[in-house]
Amino acid sequence: MSDLLRVDGLRKSYGGVTAVDDCSLAVAEGTVTALIGPNGSGKTTLFDLITGYRKPDAGRVFFAGQDVTGRGPGRLYRAGLSRTFQQARVFPQLTVVENMVAAAGHRWWRQLATPRVSAADRARTEALLAEFDLTGDADRIAAELSYGRRKLLEFAAVLMSTPRLVLLDEPAAGVNPVLVERMEQHVRSRHAAGVTFLIVEHDLSFVMRLCDPVIVLDAGRPISQGDPSAVRADPRVLDAYLGG
Amino acid sequence: MHALVQGLILGVLTGGVYALMASGQTLVFGIMKVVNLAQGALVVLGAYLSYQLFVSYGIDPFLAIPVTAVVMFALGVGVHLAVLRPLRREDRAELSLLVTFAVALLIEGVIGVVWNTTRRSINTSYANDSWTVAGYQITVVRFAAFALSAAALGLLILLLHRTRFGRAVRATVQNPESARLLGVRAERVAALGFGLGAATAAAAGSVYGLLYPFNAGSHYDLISLLLSIVVLGGLGSIGGAIAGAMIISVSSAVVASTISPSWAPMTFFVLLLAVLLVRPQGLFGRPA
Amino acid sequence: MIRGAVFVVTLAVLPLLGLPHWVLNMLVFVLMFAALASAWNLVGGLTGYPSLGHAAFFGIGAYAFALLLHRQTEITDGWQPFAWLPAIGVGTALIGVPIAAIAMRTRADVFAIVTITLLFVVQTLAFNLHGLTGGAQGLSFPVAPFPADTFERPFYYVLLGLLVLAMLLTFGTLRSKVGLALATVRGDEDKARGLGIPVGGAKVLAFAVSVGLTAMVGAVWAYYQVGIIYPQFAVDPLVTIAMVLMVFLGGRGTLWGPVLGAFVLETGQQYLAYELGASQFYLIAYAMIFLLIMLFLPRGVLPSLAGRLR
Repeated sequence: MSDLLRVDGLRKSYGGVTAVDDCSLAVAEGTVTALIGPNGSGKTTLFDLITGYRKPDAGRVFFAGQDVTGRGPGRLYRAGLSRTFQQARVFPQLTVVENMVAAAGHRWWRQLATPRVSAADRARTEALLAEFDLTGDADRIAAELSYGRRKLLEFAAVLMSTPRLVLLDEPAAGVNPVLVERMEQHVRSRHAAGVTFLIVEHDLSFVMRLCDPVIVLDAGRPISQGDPSAVRADPRVLDAYLGG
Repeated sequence: MHALVQGLILGVLTGGVYALMASGQTLVFGIMKVVNLAQGALVVLGAYLSYQLFVSYGIDPFLAIPVTAVVMFALGVGVHLAVLRPLRREDRAELSLLVTFAVALLIEGVIGVVWNTTRRSINTSYANDSWTVAGYQITVVRFAAFALSAAALGLLILLLHRTRFGRAVRATVQNPESARLLGVRAERVAALGFGLGAATAAAAGSVYGLLYPFNAGSHYDLISLLLSIVVLGGLGSIGGAIAGAMIISVSSAVVASTISPSWAPMTFFVLLLAVLLVRPQGLFGRPA
Repeated sequence: MIRGAVFVVTLAVLPLLGLPHWVLNMLVFVLMFAALASAWNLVGGLTGYPSLGHAAFFGIGAYAFALLLHRQTEITDGWQPFAWLPAIGVGTALIGVPIAAIAMRTRADVFAIVTITLLFVVQTLAFNLHGLTGGAQGLSFPVAPFPADTFERPFYYVLLGLLVLAMLLTFGTLRSKVGLALATVRGDEDKARGLGIPVGGAKVLAFAVSVGLTAMVGAVWAYYQVGIIYPQFAVDPLVTIAMVLMVFLGGRGTLWGPVLGAFVLETGQQYLAYELGASQFYLIAYAMIFLLIMLFLPRGVLPSLAGRLR
């Protein structure tokens, strides 16, 4: 297995605070890798740096063997690296289908004159909407969906671009237990279909069931990694979580 | 060379006054993320109030400031309560632009009704006095205006750093969420902040009235000037407003004295675009 | 589509009914503002970037037109000067591109500030550059040689044409991927950029088209001013405000909202101007209406109605 994503010596500070500090890690193709760590350990900042939403102060990011440091998030998205956000960012005033089509990673400039949602677009969304049980909501405004269903929508939407790597930022946070279980199934079925995942999550039972390997981040750099049981047994991890 | 130095002197002296006007604007933005398009109109209203006190009671515009500042403070709080507070939070940033523009028009209309539209000026006994220093002319009014603006700004900064209210304001500017968690009552700070912005406009208005003739429409000349200053300096930063005011004032004065007064207004637009090109958050602003 | 056709045909027939001049004159201004509001909606409504500087582009169109005719001693064919409109529109759109590219890089409030600054800079330049604009004395050009009986008609039809053009562009935008891209800008621009949507290009394009249309309307306005334009009317902040207000009243980002807003507000405005004259009471009344709309109908008439019906 080769590394689909590799991060080398990444650093980012805000003012005096260093959120990500000389961080190096790798995500092997075909894995569901978890990234866990106490609050403020730099997980979301690391996501922002990997996906191009923020530029690192130092260090490099490699995706699929290419140095992609400093590339904008749009280019990375089209190259197959996509993410979701902690707060389920969907376009609230667009319908569910429109949200899906907006995320399809079109060659926009060639398609500008094509219909907003063409028959072909709609056809492309059908399978995913069915998979995520959103077919009935297809033409509703996203703002009318519950928080949990917006999370499903955001997840489904980033799959429209047939990504190779999906970064999920707290997929289980703030949703009911039934949805957590469904979220887990969606990750599993997509993983079976060949998608690699990197997941930030606080719900450790979710992580332990679903992910291998697990990377533990503290103070902006990895302190432990391995399969779930090994990480659980690592005293450094306990220290970090207990604030030792 | 003589023209250039004269332009520089004029620019620095005028820049102090601009800085005072813009400080209220940037303060309001810092607290509420509201771009107050009525700041210019408030300055002009301040000029009219001190004009009236001067004409009716012979009160010197500099001495009138405590009175006009209190009146305008109350007016500012009232405006905030009447038209800004009712806006829904998610619409506030966008709608406040239009609402404050409407307030500016309203003030312009009221001024036009009360004082009609003829140009007014405040002619004090020292209005035409000037000193000559090493061959350069400095009018007394301009110098006094600069000194007063500097003093008022100093007072404002002191207020922000040495009082409970000031600390609440600065906490809100830096991070509204944590300020709320720390027990800062956001709406109250916003209302008082808007009042404070109007009070600085009152002080700046007295000075403005001494320096230039004005009428109801004069606020149009100020809007773009003040906004350029605060964007140039970085929205929400008082230090930025002072620096922005100096840069814009000095460069306009230099362009006016060396090239042509006709192109002076273009100077600040070009400066504004140039700064936005290299530093979109302004000189002293923090990135969004 | 049927609604659009009925609307256009009705408006096309109106001038032939022998209406008095003051009604036709009013209708010319209603159409003018409907076209302006529709143009503003392309950027202010669809992308959510509130331009406060459109009056500058209106003025640029007006002065471009007046300058093109300034040197002529007379106009033989009254329709001929309208041929300049496409060139004025395209030229102004091109001026708009670099301005939008810089002003739209940051947040919507900075954009609003840059555009309002542009407005006052252009206004001051119109006053100051005597050599080019004639300053406060105005810029003169030959009067359109249309018969007095039907003087309004050519302007009316050209403005109706521009309104239809603006509405077709809006319709096309809303129905195409451009509209989808612009809607994502309005919804969550950062996220849209992260999905590879060309947000920068789409915004700039919308702005350029919008100001191009605005300049063409400005040119027609200038021509209608019987031989002379003055800077305080050609570059008038109240024109910007009217455009914004009409769009907000009718409903941002909708096809018919700006038109509805223009028909309601411009007739109201003409009535106010007639009742109160050009006095300061007019300004106060205008500002009060403005505030009431913002406070009580922030979403606009059409979206509020749609919300009720839902």
